[in-house]
Amino acid sequence: MAHALADDQHGIAGPLRQGPVLEVRDLSVEYVLESGIVRAVDDVSFDLAPGEFLAIVGESGCGKSTLLFGIAQLLSPPAEISGGSVAFNGRDLVQLTDRDLAAVRWKDMSVVMQSAMNALNPVTSVGAQFRDAMRAHGVTSGDEIHRRSVEVLKMVGIDPIHLKSYPHQLSGGMRQRSMIAMAMLFTPELIIMDEPTSALDVVAQRSLMAQIKDLQQEFGFAVIFVTHDMSLVRHFSDRLMVMYAGQVSEVGRTQQLFDHPRHPYTAGLMDAFPSIRGPRVPLTGIPGSPPDLARPPAGCRFAPRCPRCMPRCEADPPPEYQVGDVAVRCFLYDEAGGAR
Amino acid sequence: MRFILRRAGFFVLTLWAALSLNFFLPRIMPGNPINNIISKLHNVTPAQERAIERSLGIDNTASIWKQYLTYFSNTAQGKLGLSIGNGGEPVSQLIRQALPWTLGLVGVTTILAFIIGTAIGAIAAWRRGSRLDSALPPLFVFTTAIPFFWVGMMLILIFSSVLGVLPSYGAYPLGTVPSFSITFIGQVLEYAILPALTLLITSIGGWVLTMRNTMVTTLTEDYVRMARAKGLPASKIMIGYAARNAILPNLTGFAMSLGFVVSGAILVEYVFNYPGLGNMLLTAVNNVDYPLMQGLFLIITVCVLVAILLSDVATAILDPRTRTAG
Amino acid sequence: MAIPVTTTGLPQPAEGITGPHRRSALRRVSKAVRTNRKATIGVVLMAIFIFVALFPGLLAHQDPNAVSLHVLVPPSAAHLLGTDNLGRDVYAQVIYGTRNVLILALAVGLLTTAVAMLIGVAAAYLGGVWDSVLNFVTDVLLVIPIFPLLIIIAAYLPNAGNSVLILVLTFTGWSYTARQLRSQAQSLRNRDFLLAARVRGERSLYIIVVEILPTMTSLLLASFLNNALYAVLAGSGLQFIGLGNSNNVSWGTTLYWAQQNNALGSGLYAWAIVPGACIALMGAAFAFINYAFDEIGNPALRPLTAAKARKAAEASTKRRLASHGARAR
Repeated sequence: MAHALADDQHGIAGPLRQGPVLEVRDLSVEYVLESGIVRAVDDVSFDLAPGEFLAIVGESGCGKSTLLFGIAQLLSPPAEISGGSVAFNGRDLVQLTDRDLAAVRWKDMSVVMQSAMNALNPVTSVGAQFRDAMRAHGVTSGDEIHRRSVEVLKMVGIDPIHLKSYPHQLSGGMRQRSMIAMAMLFTPELIIMDEPTSALDVVAQRSLMAQIKDLQQEFGFAVIFVTHDMSLVRHFSDRLMVMYAGQVSEVGRTQQLFDHPRHPYTAGLMDAFPSIRGPRVPLTGIPGSPPDLARPPAGCRFAPRCPRCMPRCEADPPPEYQVGDVAVRCFLYDEAGGAR
Repeated sequence: MRFILRRAGFFVLTLWAALSLNFFLPRIMPGNPINNIISKLHNVTPAQERAIERSLGIDNTASIWKQYLTYFSNTAQGKLGLSIGNGGEPVSQLIRQALPWTLGLVGVTTILAFIIGTAIGAIAAWRRGSRLDSALPPLFVFTTAIPFFWVGMMLILIFSSVLGVLPSYGAYPLGTVPSFSITFIGQVLEYAILPALTLLITSIGGWVLTMRNTMVTTLTEDYVRMARAKGLPASKIMIGYAARNAILPNLTGFAMSLGFVVSGAILVEYVFNYPGLGNMLLTAVNNVDYPLMQGLFLIITVCVLVAILLSDVATAILDPRTRTAG
Repeated sequence: MAIPVTTTGLPQPAEGITGPHRRSALRRVSKAVRTNRKATIGVVLMAIFIFVALFPGLLAHQDPNAVSLHVLVPPSAAHLLGTDNLGRDVYAQVIYGTRNVLILALAVGLLTTAVAMLIGVAAAYLGGVWDSVLNFVTDVLLVIPIFPLLIIIAAYLPNAGNSVLILVLTFTGWSYTARQLRSQAQSLRNRDFLLAARVRGERSLYIIVVEILPTMTSLLLASFLNNALYAVLAGSGLQFIGLGNSNNVSWGTTLYWAQQNNALGSGLYAWAIVPGACIALMGAAFAFINYAFDEIGNPALRPLTAAKARKAAEASTKRRLASHGARAR
């Protein structure tokens, strides 16, 4: 599992091993508050193949960022994992000790956060922060550290002179790219990204996405990309996962979800993002608002807002149903006698 | 650099303001300071009266503006006048005698309190939820509210009066001649223990609390989470990422707290009869020794300003954002 | 655990176009005071002091100013805390002295906050030259060592009574608070609900008084408590070194006489200990209340007691087992 920092990573386009790189099973995250317990992530399960680009989309508050931190074992109290497992290359991260976890961190799995201005230490230089990460994983040679730092900066198109710069001296786009460079230090198998483009303007967003995609194709790492902007991930992601109120409502190949959304919520989302080139359609939204997760509804969480709601939906919570390559959490797809 | 220049400019302006205050205060206060002095000393000849006026910078033959300028030029040359209560000894000389004692006692204790207090605060915040963190805040909130002089008196009570192990009066045994011998230095340290302890106990609380509170907020920042994500060792995160950022407001607060420190120093010197600037100020007040009072006020202001400038330099070193902000 | 235990910054509800609701704030505050231990201690202490200040006659039956021939007597049945160098009952002095200290604290607290509010908010709101000038004055007063200045001013005013003390303490104390209020007012200046008020056409004075001030209540309250604490400590300090009116009945002056008569050296410990302890307790009361309000306003600072953390952990383990059990079915 240890990745050498030599040049043999270049040119490998395919996956580095067989079997899913990530297997999340029934993961639940709760916020333990004085006023009660809020289940922000409820029994989420999915697999991630090596080199795959999975996008997670959903409204604000749907739990996607919490899920991300839950997977990366970066939750802080009062948030805690209340159940499930996160198997990274076969090892359950939830059960690992801090020391074992520290060995996995950054070398095999790294994180890119939303705002580089907040995610980078404001009082140390960019190069120093690269150095911290490398020293923490046993790279002690100053030359090696410098060489690799220069290398990753070049990968994202930043002049290596900026190793001496402080975060506030860089532009927003450069900061974001240097975060990605930092995430690439050990060419991990998985990079988790939490809305890394939200803080940028549209043009910078596209350019950053293209850069991420290029890097992914060159180095073959898997990506979990959280965003609220579906149009952004349409052309970049292999699979798309739609979350609502802490649950997975639909997950499958991106193209399939866009062409033929199955869950009424997914369909609503698609309608809310009209194509700029398509015919003019009346702008529709999804009326209502997400449920209060401190007191989740008994049945399907989307039922109050669903245009195709059935009596059954308000009574029982629907499980996930497999429809071809797509998994949908909706009674509409229950073959045993649901309305179609 | 621009930052330091700006602060130095502020330094100069404040000094000017302090000097002006020094100049105008005796002139705007009710009552004639000359009469106050004369009533304290008896049988003052007209010549002595004029000498007193001159030492105060009061020259009734010249205009206010000229007196003002003379006062400034005199001060710049270090001519701070003659002390009335000390038999006409030059004020600058008296100050030079007292200054090292105050700087030693107060300076060292303040730095110690800052370092220890900040460290305790950082550790307390790091170990949130532990018994340490729950017990410390109330304890230190209490210590910040205790008057300096009372702590001094209590320590004297315990260690001098009851236990009799530590001295409570002065900076060295009465009648000893100051020298650089080992014995003398040992005595100085012995006599400094109680006053230093008093200052430490009362002032450390403020550092602990502000550091803890800032640190608690800093620990929720994204870059701390990022440091965890990188798998950095806990000590590195706590010191290099959290404390390094949390300490910055503390440094700025250092400037504010100096007023507190000075007041404490004066009271402690009084209680322990420590021969520093504070004690001298109080004796000067009792003797209505205006030139000495003014000189002391000046030197205390200068010390405070220098300390602030130093803490600004420290901030500039630790926080790269101030360097470019200009 | 090596990993830092922190609280996440839980999102505060966004304030809408109207200002934050005031009535529910009052209810929240009273609830918070009841549950927060520090606040309770502080409030209880303060209540005791207020009671003593209002009804000293109930607790002390001797006139604190009555001189007698029984000078420097240690504590006895007749004089609970002994007598001072003029034969006055120390216990009565402490009891009756409460009122003076409390008046000093409250008056200075209020006045300082009022002055600071005026200057700070005006500076922030008016901006421009006014702001720079007021700013400079504030900063200079902040840096100039206050206590020596106090001493010098008090030296020019021998036998300063309580009212003079109040004025002097206010004059030297408003600058710190003014700075705090100014930066708060500045940050508020461009908030949405203020812009809405301007758009509605409200005049500046209205905006300052009706919209800005209520949101700064927490800061104003903190400044009041801080300055009261400052008054207690600085005022007693001045009296202790003899610069107050030494005929005043106050804790500081009692300590002054104790020090002048070498109470500690002559075994009259109560004379020195008790008034000082009272100063400390009253100061602590103000400080506790202030700190408690800090915690109430910023949940991240609240003590995460081990007991609470354990309870939460147990509850979550129970749930985890239950949910696993349910799934196994």
